Amino acid sequence: MLQPRWLPYLLIAPSVAFLAALFLVPLGQTILLSVDGGQGFSLANYARMAGDLNFPTALRNTFALVAVVIPLQVALALVMGLMLQKMTRGRELVLWIWTIPLGVSDLAAGLVWLAILQDSGYLNTLLFQIGVISGPTAYLNSETPVALFFAVVLAEIWRATAIVLIILVAGIQLIPKGFGEAADIFGASPWTKFRRITLPLLKPSLQSALILRTVLAFEVFAVVYALGGRNFPILVGEAYTWQNENQNYGVAAAYAVLVMAISLAATIIYLKALRVDPETQG
Amino acid sequence: MAGILIDKVAKQFGNAVALQEISFTVEDGEFVALLGPSGCGKTTLLRIIAGLEVQSSGKVMIGERDVSSLKPAQRGLAMVFQNYAVFPHMTVFENVAFGLRMKGADQARVEAKVRKAAELLHIEQYLERFPAKLSGGQRQRVAVARALAVEPAVLLMDEPLSNLDALLRLEMRAELRSVLREAGTTTIYVTHDQTEAMGLADRIAVMQGGHIVQIGAPTEVYSRPATRFVGGFVGSPPMNFVNTVAASGQARLGGLTLASPVDGPIVLGFRGEDAKLTDAAGGAPFTVRVAEPMGSHLLLTGRIGDDLARVVAPPAARIAAGETLGLALDPARIVWIDPETGRTHPGA
Ligand SMILES: Nc1ncnc2c1ncn2[C@@H]1O[C@H](COP(=O)(O)OP(=O)(O)OP(=O)(O)O)[C@@H](O)[C@H]1O
Ligand SMILES: [Mg+2]
Repeated sequence: MLQPRWLPYLLIAPSVAFLAALFLVPLGQTILLSVDGGQGFSLANYARMAGDLNFPTALRNTFALVAVVIPLQVALALVMGLMLQKMTRGRELVLWIWTIPLGVSDLAAGLVWLAILQDSGYLNTLLFQIGVISGPTAYLNSETPVALFFAVVLAEIWRATAIVLIILVAGIQLIPKGFGEAADIFGASPWTKFRRITLPLLKPSLQSALILRTVLAFEVFAVVYALGGRNFPILVGEAYTWQNENQNYGVAAAYAVLVMAISLAATIIYLKALRVDPETQG
Repeated sequence: MAGILIDKVAKQFGNAVALQEISFTVEDGEFVALLGPSGCGKTTLLRIIAGLEVQSSGKVMIGERDVSSLKPAQRGLAMVFQNYAVFPHMTVFENVAFGLRMKGADQARVEAKVRKAAELLHIEQYLERFPAKLSGGQRQRVAVARALAVEPAVLLMDEPLSNLDALLRLEMRAELRSVLREAGTTTIYVTHDQTEAMGLADRIAVMQGGHIVQIGAPTEVYSRPATRFVGGFVGSPPMNFVNTVAASGQARLGGLTLASPVDGPIVLGFRGEDAKLTDAAGGAPFTVRVAEPMGSHLLLTGRIGDDLARVVAPPAARIAAGETLGLALDPARIVWIDPETGRTHPGA
């Protein structure tokens, strides 16, 4: 029997309705809130956001984090994924251990790294005991912005590389072994094989991983908040501050809309730049 | 010089034995066909020679060099994979050019060699296409062209023509043969099509259950199979086997008396086209069940005693189902097989 044409639509209708109610409606409300000047349409909230002392720093910090964290994570995940592929025994176990950080909430992850890196944390205790430092050293305050930045990078890499890894491992497993073998036979070096065979065939997975990870990175908040508080301003952190401390929902909404616009732009860029021609796959 | 020597190569996958101590040589420039039923270890043997699989024991030599522990690329060979392994993200041109590029050939040379290989395999009109837009047979020819383009000293082919229609296969077979002979390429060619093996090879190696049961010239394998299995596997129709009992050095089948090498139960093996039709009294009694006109000949299927037999008769012969004929056999064209071991008795 032929399926009626409307059946697929009927089946996805509940999820669409659910998303519309819990995502699109608040989204619309946020956008409206951000352009509401009391008497109709106004860009005052955006002007206030852009004029804020912390805004350029937050923007710069957020982009710097994304620019450093994403390439590092993708490179790391690629190396880890390819290493897993070479293993014959214990793969599942290693993969499982590597993905443990995924089970830790981002705030908890931030607190873990705080315990390590704060003035009297594990790192300083260790360095003190082996005689490298003579007393508590601060890494996480506004006088040490570079150290703070790298502390956040480290925590983010520890926390969220696994999600890239999982997507890439799934992708690597989908590449038939025969392609690598053919490349071996015809004399490709490991590097050439990686560049000319593995990487192009991994493009769909790379694209998914990049989109997902980048969007999440622009929304980074809890880890930064735990480690640096307001010493390291970022976009979502500013939205939080305007919402809760300044009680100014309009400017907070403007920040939220900005983060969403940036994420959307990043997604579009990835989709365009890594366009996968269906005829070149499979 | 690029002969191949396989010395006591065995392979186990876990507890499963895929190859049991295989030894044979392929001379420089020789074309050897590996023939055998599905699962007998042909691909495994080829992969071990190529270096894609590590043998459990034994060694592989190519051109006087022990390559057992060398990487595939260092063995100086090309391969056509059973499942093609044509790169989906490269055009047909880039696929065929791949080996040349890896060897650092300049663009002019790449162009020339790719065109040549593509022409040979009739894929020149698809060079700019991606493999996803090709049929299975076209993709298979891309895989063959990729291997030929590097002009290897040793070429391993795993059922390279299996997906082509009969006519194209016949044509490709002939062209492949002449190109490889001209270039003096040492070739191992896996197939389970016995006519292909007969037509192409200098020698045929027949494999069964991880063994090579016989290796020899096509005519020798065809007319003097080493075992009952080889006789049944090579040739179409397969060899006929008739159970009989010999006494005093003679086996009698109706009016036909043949000298046998041993007394007791024995199996007579003969090819369908080697039997001459005589009257019922003057030969082995053959009761025809079906007569199929094949054009070039008449194929008779029937029984000798309890055993099934197929006999080739002239196309114009007037024979009806149910008739009983006599078969005369040339003693020089028969084999005697031990019913216990399945092996052919040596000698006449
Ligand atoms: N990677 C492997 N792991 C376990 N067993 C394997 C593996 N590769 C092959 N085998 C086994 O080894 C035997 C020989 O396989 P092989 O692929 O060499 O057969 P083949 O002669 O090429 O068959 P076909 O004509 O169907 O291609 C088979 O029984 C197969 O199940
Ligand atoms: Mg095979």
